[in-house]
Amino acid sequence: MKALHRKLWRELWQLRGQSLAIAVVIAGGLATLLMSLSSLESLRLSRDDFYRDYRFAEVFAELKRAPNELAPELSAIDGVRLAETRLQSNATLMVGDFADPISGRLISLPDGRQPELNRLFIRQGRLPAAGRPEVVISDAFADAHGLQPGDQLQAVLNGRLQSLVVSGIGVSPEHIYQLKPGELYPDNLRYGILWLNRAQLAAAFDLDGAFNSVVLALDRRARPPAVVAELDRLLAPYGGVGALLREDQQSHSYLEAEFAQLAVLARVFPAIFLSVAAFLLNVVLARLISTQREQIAILKAFGYRNWQVGWHYCQLVLLMTGLGLGLGSLAGLWLGEGLAVVYAEFFRFPRLDYHLSWQVLLLGAAVTGAAALLGTLSAVRRAVLLPPAEAMRPEIPAAYRPTVIERLGWQGLLSQPSRMILRNFERRPGKALLSVIGVALACAIMMMGNFWQDAADYMIDVEFGLAQRYDLAVNFNELAPQRVLHELQALPGVTAVEGQRAVPVRLRHGHRSFRTVLHGLEADGRLRRVLDTELAILSPPTHGLVLTDYLAEILVLEVGDTVRVESLEGRRRVLELPVTGLVQEHIGVAAYQEISAMNRHLGDGDVVGGALLQVSPAQWPEVNRRLRESPLVAGVGQRLAAITNFQETMAETVLAFSFITSLLAGSIAFGIVYNSARIALSERSRELASLRVLGLRQRETDYILLGELALLTALGIPLGWLLGRLFCWYMTLGLRSDLYRVPLVLETSTYALAALVVAVAALISGLIVRRLLHRIDLVAALKAAE
Amino acid sequence: MSAPSAEIVFHARGLRKIYRLGEVEVRALDGVDLDLYRGELVVLLGPSGSGKSTLLNILGGLDPPTAGIVRCGDRDLAAAGEAELTEFRRFMVGFVFQFYNLIPSLTALENVAIVTEIADDPLSPAEALALVGLAQRRDHFPAQLSGGEQQRVAIARAIAKRPRVLLCDEPTGALDSKTGVAVLEVLERINRQVGTTTVLITHNADIARMAHRVIHLSDGRIGKIEVNEIPCPARELHW
Repeated sequence: MKALHRKLWRELWQLRGQSLAIAVVIAGGLATLLMSLSSLESLRLSRDDFYRDYRFAEVFAELKRAPNELAPELSAIDGVRLAETRLQSNATLMVGDFADPISGRLISLPDGRQPELNRLFIRQGRLPAAGRPEVVISDAFADAHGLQPGDQLQAVLNGRLQSLVVSGIGVSPEHIYQLKPGELYPDNLRYGILWLNRAQLAAAFDLDGAFNSVVLALDRRARPPAVVAELDRLLAPYGGVGALLREDQQSHSYLEAEFAQLAVLARVFPAIFLSVAAFLLNVVLARLISTQREQIAILKAFGYRNWQVGWHYCQLVLLMTGLGLGLGSLAGLWLGEGLAVVYAEFFRFPRLDYHLSWQVLLLGAAVTGAAALLGTLSAVRRAVLLPPAEAMRPEIPAAYRPTVIERLGWQGLLSQPSRMILRNFERRPGKALLSVIGVALACAIMMMGNFWQDAADYMIDVEFGLAQRYDLAVNFNELAPQRVLHELQALPGVTAVEGQRAVPVRLRHGHRSFRTVLHGLEADGRLRRVLDTELAILSPPTHGLVLTDYLAEILVLEVGDTVRVESLEGRRRVLELPVTGLVQEHIGVAAYQEISAMNRHLGDGDVVGGALLQVSPAQWPEVNRRLRESPLVAGVGQRLAAITNFQETMAETVLAFSFITSLLAGSIAFGIVYNSARIALSERSRELASLRVLGLRQRETDYILLGELALLTALGIPLGWLLGRLFCWYMTLGLRSDLYRVPLVLETSTYALAALVVAVAALISGLIVRRLLHRIDLVAALKAAE
Repeated sequence: MSAPSAEIVFHARGLRKIYRLGEVEVRALDGVDLDLYRGELVVLLGPSGSGKSTLLNILGGLDPPTAGIVRCGDRDLAAAGEAELTEFRRFMVGFVFQFYNLIPSLTALENVAIVTEIADDPLSPAEALALVGLAQRRDHFPAQLSGGEQQRVAIARAIAKRPRVLLCDEPTGALDSKTGVAVLEVLERINRQVGTTTVLITHNADIARMAHRVIHLSDGRIGKIEVNEIPCPARELHW
């Protein structure tokens, strides 16, 4: 080993504390980068394979009922490679003694065989045999209830209770994300997908010789919007509710939203970490080089070339970075695998192979190395350019000047130690500012970790506390007269009933259009309320409609504008209605209107499509049982179960996320404060030793050293609150979609916790450095020349 | 002008200081007996390695002796703990260092004030600066002062707390002879006017001429003690 290499290793050892602190910050950046990118890559590959191998359709359309004879016309649409008709319906399910209502989505399979599109991956068992009452159930549902092939379950099909035998457990590319409409998280206990033979489904729903759903695969040269338009035209007479392209298909769009979230994560977190690491490396190396001026001069005097000296310091940086790369790769792998397990729970792929590709790893290493070298460029440059003779001379003493506070004439407020702190701060404002920003970034990361919980709590408060106040939401198979509500009212324990109706519509404003649902609600309803952007209760209008604020953005609508409403069911009326208000909603988008006005507009009588019930808790099982037996009821939703599911899911994912971000934030805060403290100690040790000799007590010199760090932290925290809010806002922007909008809500407790974590990390590093300060040899410190 | 009195300020008997450097034992002080009197100006003279800095550090409460007795008034420095030594330095001792050791971020006045703010009955910082002839330079930072001026600020800082003893470790070591003489004149004037017991370390034999007593150290022992009946005024020194 060359002598210069020995110097390298020994200095790395001397700087081990600081090197480790930097390595941890680098590792944090790399780990989040690898975690996000590898998860993203794994998910994408798994999804693309699944889509390709199991022939995921490209266009989806539902309708009321069309004769099978229409099928050839659909296949003949220009650009369609394959059209496959099928049956779809909803049903209430019963599994064992599970008491809550379960909603089932039923999808037909060609009798006894795989469909052409949206084929099933059979994880266990087999397809239903032709002519047998068998079903394949979705694997998430099977897992939740512990169902195996051969087990039985009951389904209310069109009001008739039927026993079904589980023949297999499967997954479809159409339902990778299995979400009950209107909810934010999958509830696998209360929602399941069932595939059964078409003949059986047709018999149960009187759909012999007909279909109510069609999926298409397109030619490569097809123009999707044209296909959709033609399909809509052909299906309109048969109750078509508007075809969807793949990008609007529920499962697919949720996957895309998740990918977008990962991509945001892959940008924001690593950028923060790596910029902090670059700054730390710069500070540490600049200090090292300034203490080693004489050594640099001697090396150069002996004939070492400038680039050799420069490379020597670059190597030191690369070693520190290498340590971070190693730690970060391991942590990234571990976090990525952990995340894949979480994803496997939400996204049902035949298999989700987690793998960290070499490309991702190399990209991570390149980004990290580049950040590190960029950060140290200016310090290394100084070493390279230092002329040997000048380097032999001691560095020019630091020049100070009175601080702003003193120039303002307030010097009386400051003791000498406080002046020292402030002047040290002011002498290198750039460095001080970057340190403050570093602390602020730690605080901001911590806030980003807890932001999700705050946002979720707020969403629960708004959605379930203010807007949805019913216990049970009942959907009917078909429109029913108002008097059905009286029958529901008569059920035991039912204390309130409100009718509701949901109509698929296409809203148009100018050239923009959006397919959504128009909800009819009772005028003075208490069980389902719409709230304006200030959370005040909006009465559903009788003239005009109100709609979700985000939908208004999509359609570029303002209150007072007229929107064209095309009903996609029944008489398919087209209306021009004024927008009378905007609704604050975070999950989904919709439009609302008073129900009898809506019925009148649509040319229907006094009908309801469902009802909202308030039920005394003791009577829930009985009411559930009665509803299940009613031929009119297609499905029942429970508000409490939705809340619980939401909270449980948030708890699982958010707690883990918060824990990780706390670790990351703590490591940044520690890295920044510890390094600042070490450098302050090395710069001031002689000064502080002199003061100790002059009779200052330990705690008085502690104040001078630690006061600077405290000031750094105290300035960093409020700035961090600001940055944290900004980053959270950026994340909400990146995640805004018609599926959900995360509100920018940050509780006081989140601010407090972020400050606490940063303060504790700062305190720990302060205590470590204080111990070092107490160990300074006073006599030796005095001897050294400046 | 005050003359040394018979009151003993420092009393040391059998002082030993042994440093252990790995396997090697260095006897920095090897049985020193010494009394210092109130108001006298003493020069500790000796080549490097003779133990003079070690002796000064023990007298100044920076370092405890390995063995022996050292007292300042009724205070036992050999037995004192870290906190007690800090209190001793805080109220009793003024230090002047070879490299001044000013705080670069504080002005001349503030460098003095940082000590007067923690002392019991100090001079005002301005008075102390006036004593060393730097009243005009009070708002300058160390980087704006010459070496001699910096050392005079250091002296002002040392005397401002009215210490029992002023300990100076090679105060002219980093200065040219003309500037050095100016600094010594200040020390001489303080000693005469304020009556502060002053101990001055040097390896420069010429400086010894200004002392009341000259203590020669070699190999950790006192070789001889000379008494100057009529000390030479500092302005007449040259080297």
